[in-house]
Amino acid sequence: MKTNDVIIQFTAKIVFFMIFFYAVHIFFAGHYTPGGGFVGGLVTASAIVLLIVAFDLKTVQTILPINYIYMVACGLILALGTAAFSMFTGKPFFTHFFDYFNLPILGKTSLHTAALFDLGVYLVVVGVTMTIIQTIGEDE
Amino acid sequence: MNNFLLLPIIIPFFFAMILMFGQKKIAYQRITTLLGLVISIICAAGLVLNVYENGPQIVTFGNWPVPFGITMVSDMVAALLVLTTLVLTFFIVWYGFGSIGKEREQFFYYPGVMFIITGVNGAFTTGDIFNLFVFFEVLLMASYLLIVLGGEKAQLRESIKYILVNVISSALFVITVAYLYSVVGTLNMADISLRIAEINQPGILTVIAVLFLLVFGMKAAIFPIYFWLPSAYSAPPIPVLALFGALLTKVGVYAISRTYTLFFTHDLSFTHELLLILAVITIVAGCIGALAHFDVKQIIIYNIVIAVGVILFGVAQMNEVALEGAMFYLIHDMIIKAALFMLIGIVIYVTGTTNLRKMGGLIQTYPALCWFFLIAAFGLVGVPPLSGFIGKLLIIQGGFEAGNTWSSLLVLASSIIVLLSVMRIFIYAFWGEKGQLSENVQKSKYNRMFIPTVLLVILSIFYGIGTEWLTPFMGDAAKILIDPSIYTDAVMKGGE
Repeated sequence: MKTNDVIIQFTAKIVFFMIFFYAVHIFFAGHYTPGGGFVGGLVTASAIVLLIVAFDLKTVQTILPINYIYMVACGLILALGTAAFSMFTGKPFFTHFFDYFNLPILGKTSLHTAALFDLGVYLVVVGVTMTIIQTIGEDE
Repeated sequence: MNNFLLLPIIIPFFFAMILMFGQKKIAYQRITTLLGLVISIICAAGLVLNVYENGPQIVTFGNWPVPFGITMVSDMVAALLVLTTLVLTFFIVWYGFGSIGKEREQFFYYPGVMFIITGVNGAFTTGDIFNLFVFFEVLLMASYLLIVLGGEKAQLRESIKYILVNVISSALFVITVAYLYSVVGTLNMADISLRIAEINQPGILTVIAVLFLLVFGMKAAIFPIYFWLPSAYSAPPIPVLALFGALLTKVGVYAISRTYTLFFTHDLSFTHELLLILAVITIVAGCIGALAHFDVKQIIIYNIVIAVGVILFGVAQMNEVALEGAMFYLIHDMIIKAALFMLIGIVIYVTGTTNLRKMGGLIQTYPALCWFFLIAAFGLVGVPPLSGFIGKLLIIQGGFEAGNTWSSLLVLASSIIVLLSVMRIFIYAFWGEKGQLSENVQKSKYNRMFIPTVLLVILSIFYGIGTEWLTPFMGDAAKILIDPSIYTDAVMKGGE
């Protein structure tokens, strides 16, 4: 019997972007409100899981041709790099820097290197979650 | 350069990350791993000299003032252990080229090794009790990978037990830290030490001390909670076993020594008496196990348990002589256990069995292996010019000075049993009539395993002969263990 998943597939296409942008929002909101890299990463991974549920593993791998293990490694290098950067300026490891900038559209914004560290966390969380789900899903 | 002490932790971590790329390229994996280890060894050696000249090195993450940020403290104890860890890992990785097998090398074996030494070095260096927990988890996670990597039936069975025991002990660790935090209200080790001294260790802190002994004792395999170790360690392949045997239990031993010399020094008659009794029973239990088995792996594994008992016996004396002996013995034991596991790995490779009764007459075909095994065995027992002698001598001397005559004699007597257990390997495997020999022994593979092993045994000989050069370093380490104020002063001033 052939099942027809047209409704779930159609909904998933829209809802995927809603979840993904919500994850980006949570990620950037982390400094002043609840949220941050870990939660943002998990929500992003759940958006991708929704795609896997609606379609199947192979399709999603063609849509998002990402090697998640490399993603974990890149996230770790980014996190370590942010932490180690201050070593080259003579400050202790993990010293963060921030300042206020006038960005073209956003106006006066404070930019903090902790966000880069969080981006590393985000990449690691997405990578690890997706590696787990993909390996279990591919397992026969 | 106040960040210098972090390099032996950061460099292996960084190399572990770049090893995650190029998973299938074995040459790239091997060369990068060795390169990372060599750079870390140079940094760690520089660190030891730096600590020797300038005293304990401190860095607090993020430029925060001291009790508020995570402090990393590299005193002589930590610096020496970090250097030993890296040197041993270098030899074990080199040894692994000949024996670990292509499938494992292509499936994150080397990143696993690098992550494990990141965790071990971090645990040795940290000055924050919760950070110690995190580094314990880093090394345990990596060890879960290494114990199960390969997916043989025995490995799957034993890794379940190993993970279960460690998850329970980690949960207990968190609970214990929560208790401690609710009593003293800080996590920085120097600050905890000062605050415990202020309130003079009431009953609740003694309870926490015993809980810490339970937690770290489970990692270090002391008497009532060593049950998981013999079966768990028999599962993984030899290079991984050498890594575990040399490093993992010693992190637990280090954590016990640190907490019992820095925090809980105000109720010695209870806490240290308990540690003493447990250490002695650990030695007895290890001796029984080492004599009971006819399996070469098991004999050496039970010798780990004995050594843990001996080191903790030294720590329990709480005088400078015994603590210096414990430091000597700790580093000796890390080196010699790695060497012995590598040697029996070769024996198992050439005979194709772990059963002593099936072996025999190896001296006719492999004389060099035989004599190096004998040297390593004598080193383990503590025959005078070799490495195990001075540590045990000082521990016993400290035991007599503290008035624990009978237990010190028992520790001395345990050396005879250790000698007996390793001599049995020597007599059964090397002497006598020719026993079982594996048919497909390749000469090149044998040499690749043999050279690092020999170099490590020679290193242990130098460790024994060069006692005089090492004594100032060990004396520094013992001073910081016996007098917590050196540690706390250095940390508290380091933040200004």
